Amino acid sequence: MYGFEPTDEQKMLIDTVQKYATKELREAAHDADEAGGFPPEILRHGWELGVLQASVPEAYGGFGERSAVTGVLAAEELAWGDLAGAMAIMMPGAFALAVLVAGTEEQRKQWLPGIVEADWKPFVPAITEPQFDFGLDDLRTTAERQNGGYVLNGEKCMVPFADTAEAFLVFARLDDRPQAFIVPRGADGLTVGDRDYYLGLGALPTHKLQLQKVKVPTADRLGGEDGFDPAPLAAAGNTAAAALAVGMSRASYQYALAYAKDREVFDVPIAQKQSIAFGLAEMAIEIEAIRLLVWEAAWRLDAGLDAAKEAYLALTGAADMAMMVTDRAVQYLGGHGYIREHPVERWMRNGRGVALFSGLAMV
Amino acid sequence: MISFEIPEKLQQTYTLMTMIAENMMRPVARYFDDHEHEIPWEYINFMHDANKQMGGGGMVPASERPKKKEGEEPRKEGPRIGYQRLAVSAEVLSWGDTGLYLCSPVGLLGAAAVTATGTPEQKERFLTRFTGDKPVIDAMALTESHAGSAMPAMVRTTAVRDGDSWVLNGEKIFVTGGHKALIDTPGFVVIWATIDPSAGRAGVRPFVVEAGTPGCSVTKLEHKLGIRASDTVSIVLQDCRIPFDNILGSPEVERKTTEGFKGAMATFDASRPMVAASAMGVARATLEAVKEYLESKGIQIRYGLPRARLTNIEREVIDMEVLLRSTWLLVLKSVWMMDERKPNNLEASMSKVRAGDAVVRITQKAVEMLGPAGYSRDLLLEKWLRDAKINDLYEGTGQINRLIVARRILDYGRQELS
Repeated sequence: MYGFEPTDEQKMLIDTVQKYATKELREAAHDADEAGGFPPEILRHGWELGVLQASVPEAYGGFGERSAVTGVLAAEELAWGDLAGAMAIMMPGAFALAVLVAGTEEQRKQWLPGIVEADWKPFVPAITEPQFDFGLDDLRTTAERQNGGYVLNGEKCMVPFADTAEAFLVFARLDDRPQAFIVPRGADGLTVGDRDYYLGLGALPTHKLQLQKVKVPTADRLGGEDGFDPAPLAAAGNTAAAALAVGMSRASYQYALAYAKDREVFDVPIAQKQSIAFGLAEMAIEIEAIRLLVWEAAWRLDAGLDAAKEAYLALTGAADMAMMVTDRAVQYLGGHGYIREHPVERWMRNGRGVALFSGLAMV
Repeated sequence: MISFEIPEKLQQTYTLMTMIAENMMRPVARYFDDHEHEIPWEYINFMHDANKQMGGGGMVPASERPKKKEGEEPRKEGPRIGYQRLAVSAEVLSWGDTGLYLCSPVGLLGAAAVTATGTPEQKERFLTRFTGDKPVIDAMALTESHAGSAMPAMVRTTAVRDGDSWVLNGEKIFVTGGHKALIDTPGFVVIWATIDPSAGRAGVRPFVVEAGTPGCSVTKLEHKLGIRASDTVSIVLQDCRIPFDNILGSPEVERKTTEGFKGAMATFDASRPMVAASAMGVARATLEAVKEYLESKGIQIRYGLPRARLTNIEREVIDMEVLLRSTWLLVLKSVWMMDERKPNNLEASMSKVRAGDAVVRITQKAVEMLGPAGYSRDLLLEKWLRDAKINDLYEGTGQINRLIVARRILDYGRQELS
């Protein structure tokens, strides 16, 4: 049966996350963007919502079961509050869910309780590389077998919280396919570079990461000796990224809509002009359509179906939607949209980042 | 619950309709495009028999059909997917050929108006004929020469009560399937007319005018850009006398309420997603044809690659696919809401706007991408481009539906936004 309505349980979660997003994330987002990061207590409160904990079974320290659908619903609400904040809160989840989905039983037991039962701590994936045509299928960071273990070489960028990370999940090419390796902080050959600064996502501190002959024992290869199939992880990552884009776009759209009803031109609100009203209608339609693509991809993940193509289409559509919607929000605020007192310029800067997110998040 | 699992019954509908589309529609699609105003009897008769065997359908889902007579076994209670089934049928049959789909003798727009506004007695009287001995085609007439979507407020066609009858006068244009409904089959047309010209849209009511009624004549057959297998006509009503009971709705409809207008709107909430679904069929046919063509030239679409590494053709196809799938899900949601008895006015117009945009964009891109082959009448792509455009026009243009969406999201009425 088709269904387009979250369960009562999911609605309660959305409600809880929405409250936090409104009262804390949204409130702190502007200053966090300017200051380069969120205060720790904001991240801790976001962590305490329990979105990740509810996705991890009891055996590994959680109290639930992974549901990508629930994950995208929560991700949308968090990103509605703030995209950088949502990603910061979800970052240990990306690490943990990768271990949950693709790790060996030993790896799950070793890593998950320490992440799930503790306060928010930066366990982070290191995926993105600086080349313009970066893709998971063409990683330049390499892993080679040596003395019963592996040696990693390469360069990563956009690695969140690299300076304080407890451990990294480093993606590298092995036997011509992407594989992942758990590397603790301070490992020999690991150099955390200066902080990266980007057009947007100012509140998500990221760094370059150099790997020079970093040794990894077989036990720390995700999935053990045989590794893992990266396709489902990539699909989950694309789906999560697309869900974040939906939330951020919805925030932009709602802000522009409220502004358009308030701001007057020639004695009527600008929303009473078709050029604005129709534009807002198109934003609403775009968001709803892409949201449904995201839901479908998430549902397929939960159903155990191949979701690679759906997730890819969802992220492709979401990246375009994010620019269309956030740009229009700036446009409809006119000159005010360009001023940093309003959040729409930040959302536009963040929006451009969506296309780069693939694999930075997980549901 | 959020689920995208296709119900088994819908899967069966896909299979069956695809068989019909492949065998009864695609082979004659070009012929009826070339021979506008010829009647595709073979398709009509086949669909009539098929519809009878399936127990009726068209725009009327099982849950809305006339109740079975006493003593008969009640229908099995299954999940409500009636409107979803109609949308899937519209999509697949339009994948076959939109013009032919519009000739389906299964109850389309006229039946939708009866369903949305009629009493149980009227549903019985007007809807059971679709499973009778002969094929019957229905139509709906709203547009007049001076007004389309603004029609309810500007209607000039009048209905005056005279004892046990109504007397209708006026002219309707752009009636889809009107010729087949009034002349070629014993069908009917739902005519929207005013019972009180001073009352504006509040005076508008739907009336059923049956084939063969004196005073009702088909005056003009249009020549169109596309959907040529379907006729589009003007209808003139000259002292056209119909039974009192042919006014759709409750017996108290004579009161000055906005019931009539609401009826028209309720009809659109049901019909707009169907138009959107139909548009999606053309869009899917086009995308499939493009991919097959590219494949025959040795071009594979590499999904999953970063955008910087895709060719332009791959980008175009992937964008088409995003547009097609996301729009189809919007359509599906809007009909799912109908089945769930949730108000879907916003979603119906949302899906209509995006489907109109999507099918026009996809068909135009396809013709562009394939060069001379796309432009050639050897393939159906150029025809689909022509067929596609109607979806951005009928049941409210893209602009009117944007207006509806905008009013909804802004919580504005006609005073604030027009």
